[in-house]
Amino acid sequence: MSFPLLTATAVLPAVGAIATAAVPAARRTAAKWLALLFSLATLALAVLVLVRFEPGGARYQLTESHAWIADFGVRYELGVDGIGVALLALTALLIPFVILAGWHDADPLEDARPNRRWRPTQGFFALILMVEAMVILSFEATDVFLFYILFEAMLIPMYFLIGGFGDRAHAGGDEAAATQRSYAAVKFLLYNLVGGLIMLAAVIGLYVVAGTFSLSEIVAARADGSLSMATGTERWLFLGFFFAFAVKAPLWPLHTWLPNAMGEATAPVAVLITAVVDKVGTFAMLRFCLGLFPEASTWATPAILVLALISIVYGALLAVGQRDIKRLIAYASISHFGFIIMGIFAMTSQGQSGATLYMVNHGISTAALMLVAGFLISRRGSRLIADYGGVQKVAPVLAGTFLIGGLATLSLPGLSPFVSEFLVLVGTFSRYPVVGVIATVGIVLAALYVLVLYQRTMTGPVKDAVRTMPDLRIRELVVVTPLIALLLFLGVYPKPLTEIVNPAVEHTMSDVQKTDPKPEVEAAP
Amino acid sequence: MSATVVHSLWTTAAADRVATIPAPKIEYAQLSPVLIVLGAAVLGILIEAFVPRKGRYHTQLFLSLVALAASFAAVVALAADGYGTTRKHIAAMGAIAVDGPALFLQGTILLASVVAVFTFAERGLDPESHGKRVDSFAAQPASVPGSDSEKAAVRAGFTTTEVFPLALFAVAGMLVFPAANDLLTLFIALEVFSLPLYLLCALARRKRLLSQEAAVKYFLLGSFSSAFLLFGIALLYGYAGSVSYARIAEVVDGTVQNVSPALADTMGNDALLLIGGAMVLMGLLFKVGAVPFHMWTPDVYQGAPTPVTGFMAAATKVAAFGALLRLLYVVLPGLRWDWRPVMWGVVIVTMLGGAIVAITQTDIKRLLAYSSIAHAGFILAGVIAGTADGISSVLFYLAAYSFVTIGAFAVVTLVRDAGGEATHLSKWAGLGRRSPLVAAVFAVYLLAFAGIPLTSGFSGKFAVFKAAAESGAGALVVVGVIASAIAAFFYIRVIVLMFFSEPKPEGPTVAVPSPLTMTAIAVGVLVTLVLGVAPQYFLDLAGQAGVFVR
Repeated sequence: MSFPLLTATAVLPAVGAIATAAVPAARRTAAKWLALLFSLATLALAVLVLVRFEPGGARYQLTESHAWIADFGVRYELGVDGIGVALLALTALLIPFVILAGWHDADPLEDARPNRRWRPTQGFFALILMVEAMVILSFEATDVFLFYILFEAMLIPMYFLIGGFGDRAHAGGDEAAATQRSYAAVKFLLYNLVGGLIMLAAVIGLYVVAGTFSLSEIVAARADGSLSMATGTERWLFLGFFFAFAVKAPLWPLHTWLPNAMGEATAPVAVLITAVVDKVGTFAMLRFCLGLFPEASTWATPAILVLALISIVYGALLAVGQRDIKRLIAYASISHFGFIIMGIFAMTSQGQSGATLYMVNHGISTAALMLVAGFLISRRGSRLIADYGGVQKVAPVLAGTFLIGGLATLSLPGLSPFVSEFLVLVGTFSRYPVVGVIATVGIVLAALYVLVLYQRTMTGPVKDAVRTMPDLRIRELVVVTPLIALLLFLGVYPKPLTEIVNPAVEHTMSDVQKTDPKPEVEAAP
Repeated sequence: MSATVVHSLWTTAAADRVATIPAPKIEYAQLSPVLIVLGAAVLGILIEAFVPRKGRYHTQLFLSLVALAASFAAVVALAADGYGTTRKHIAAMGAIAVDGPALFLQGTILLASVVAVFTFAERGLDPESHGKRVDSFAAQPASVPGSDSEKAAVRAGFTTTEVFPLALFAVAGMLVFPAANDLLTLFIALEVFSLPLYLLCALARRKRLLSQEAAVKYFLLGSFSSAFLLFGIALLYGYAGSVSYARIAEVVDGTVQNVSPALADTMGNDALLLIGGAMVLMGLLFKVGAVPFHMWTPDVYQGAPTPVTGFMAAATKVAAFGALLRLLYVVLPGLRWDWRPVMWGVVIVTMLGGAIVAITQTDIKRLLAYSSIAHAGFILAGVIAGTADGISSVLFYLAAYSFVTIGAFAVVTLVRDAGGEATHLSKWAGLGRRSPLVAAVFAVYLLAFAGIPLTSGFSGKFAVFKAAAESGAGALVVVGVIASAIAAFFYIRVIVLMFFSEPKPEGPTVAVPSPLTMTAIAVGVLVTLVLGVAPQYFLDLAGQAGVFVR
């Protein structure tokens, strides 16, 4: 038996989580280094997966399959396609930066009573690694049940990360911060849990209909006609799955937990939510909704496109109106998730490969913007835009990196999000021109909210409270520089990514039995 | 029908039997699990009478554990001999079934009882009373609360050990209950385990009035439901002319041979059957704690000494569900189309009722009581599936649930303030800061109750919902999922309270338990995680055990 590479990519961070949690209370710094070490080792394994993966090869590669719970028809089945590999790499890449950026976020307050047993720092980094392990495994799972378990279980560490380690920069003082934080954590958990439980009903329903949880078996059986579902059944099951993913992604009108969660969490945890965990939702739409229920996906497309459009415009409009930096980024993310979902359900190869690239690029660009915003907020102790002004004169490097992150968010050509946004729009336009046109409103609004944010915080007269603000430190530069380099590189040369993703998208397109619309060229008169 | 015909039901039978009274043939080996426990209980009473006070605690604890372990060994031996599968049959002149479900449930009850006895025996939590280490049970239960004799007993540092034989009697009754194969045995088993439980409820050392009130409520409502059960039995006997499960089932199915004139007259009377069946069902649903027969649950769970609550919530539920399964699958399958719609209603209101009312609770024990009602609803969803998968999923759920329950109540005993256990939820605020380990363990239990994947609660819930969905009860699954979501809300509220609230300065302390309670809690966590991550072996076991003898 060959080395179970995919399992290893998930087991390694899980082991790291346990090891980090076990570090004694006094050795906080050691715990941080240990966590960083494990996340880097995971990144190395992810690179190995990337190298071993053959873009033109079989649909699912590096597969593993073991018996698990025979009574439920559940197997431990792993395998990655191009989409999974891309997101796996993104996750493994972002976690070291998240850990570095959150280096001091969970240090105990100086006036805290010494307590031998209370080890928040160790807990913080252990939980981050736990989330990483579950997210990575969920990108690899090709068994619906296994995926469901991870989809639900990852809520628990996430919940403790949001509720237990909030943003210390809070206007209302510690008491209000604690209340709002636990409100945000509970809201996050309840929304996602309800989504997950509805999916559970659909998962059980799927088993009753199909008799197996294996994704590849079901897809194959659907393709050769040996498994047929009644139209009504298929649609209900589709809705059950889609609801859970739409909560996670999040899609309007199920998005309201995201601004709370991202606002109250520390910046690195906010990145973890939007750049890593939420991607599981959009990824699952591609892999499970389209793969398992092609007919119902086509049936639901118009409604989903409308919801995606509302997400795009509504998220962008609310971002324009925000006074809180982190909530602004949260609403911008909602708008971007609208683009991703629109790309997926446009049912064209450009749209879907664009959506996949979008997931990766949005991860990187949001991470850059959010983490720099976090550095900014930790300096001033406030999340309100109005409390800043003229930062670029005091801390030019910080302002510069913030600008690049912002420009990536508004998809400036030359930075990688442009490529994906362009592909999504082209893909949508070729099948649904009206939808494509309306979606461009989101781009215009993106320019508005990003540039206004920059203008209000970074330019203008230097505010007193900002005057002594230090520029980025070495640790912070180490976090930001590689992300920006990556944004530039993938913006100019996206080919390595598209090469991996495109074959997988072709497979998905054939699942839903769609071909790209032929370009209509009017004959020259 | 004429009076003489009814009369002939017993007069003619009696005349025949007089000539040939057969010596009862009792398969002692197959009844050994019950007999061992009963014998130990009797021995326990003798110990109370003859062993000096100083030595009683250790003797009783030793005896109880050995008896339960030996009884469990007997169950395992019977199962290994194939009595659970190929050699299943009916023992003791048709009174007791020895089959897969009976053995599986007896094993579960015994293991849960072992863990429960650990918590009964805990003497490290209450502050020492006049130099003696005391447990959670009253110094002298016979004395009136607040009276001089009680004060004297407390001052003398009395500790009593009658809980051990009482618990053993209750366990013996519970062992018979799911195995009972005729209605009279069913009723007797019910009384045998109920009476000691009523007493155990009244034995709390602290808050004695609350405890006695709980016992009286439990006793009154319990007797009421027993009366229903008995009346139902009478009507079923009137209908089928027999209390034997197999015979009643034959009459219900219409496959009965040798119809006597009396029987022919009564067996057409569906009113007897339906009302009788409904009343027996009601008696069992009361023990299970299903809505609308759940009213006793919160008060009794709150008032009883917490170790007893854990024992009741786990073992009683297992026994009662066992009896319910046997009744519905062996006696009344012919009435499936009659009971199924009614049970649908019961399942829905039980799941939703338990979950919704739990939200408003402010006492941790009442909260767990309502949660146990919601769980009864989930289990019932598997019960009414009416398939082999339904049986095995219920068996699995019961095994998983009972260990979580005992463990959770054991944690409740640890959190204390000056007035004993601090069960008001507000006192649990910030527990995660003060003692992270205890809070984390309790969080694991709560997540298991909520059915989060990778805990036993999820495996169990998945199993029963799958069985229900496969039997065409998809709507029930959807309601169950909604109820789970509601239930998750209040479990999570407790977690929020423990981890994200600031501890109060005058908050409770967490007592450091002796190895007994620690073992109980650790076993609970272990079972929760093992059944969550690798349930296959136990699902197999439940699957093999899922066939009733008839």
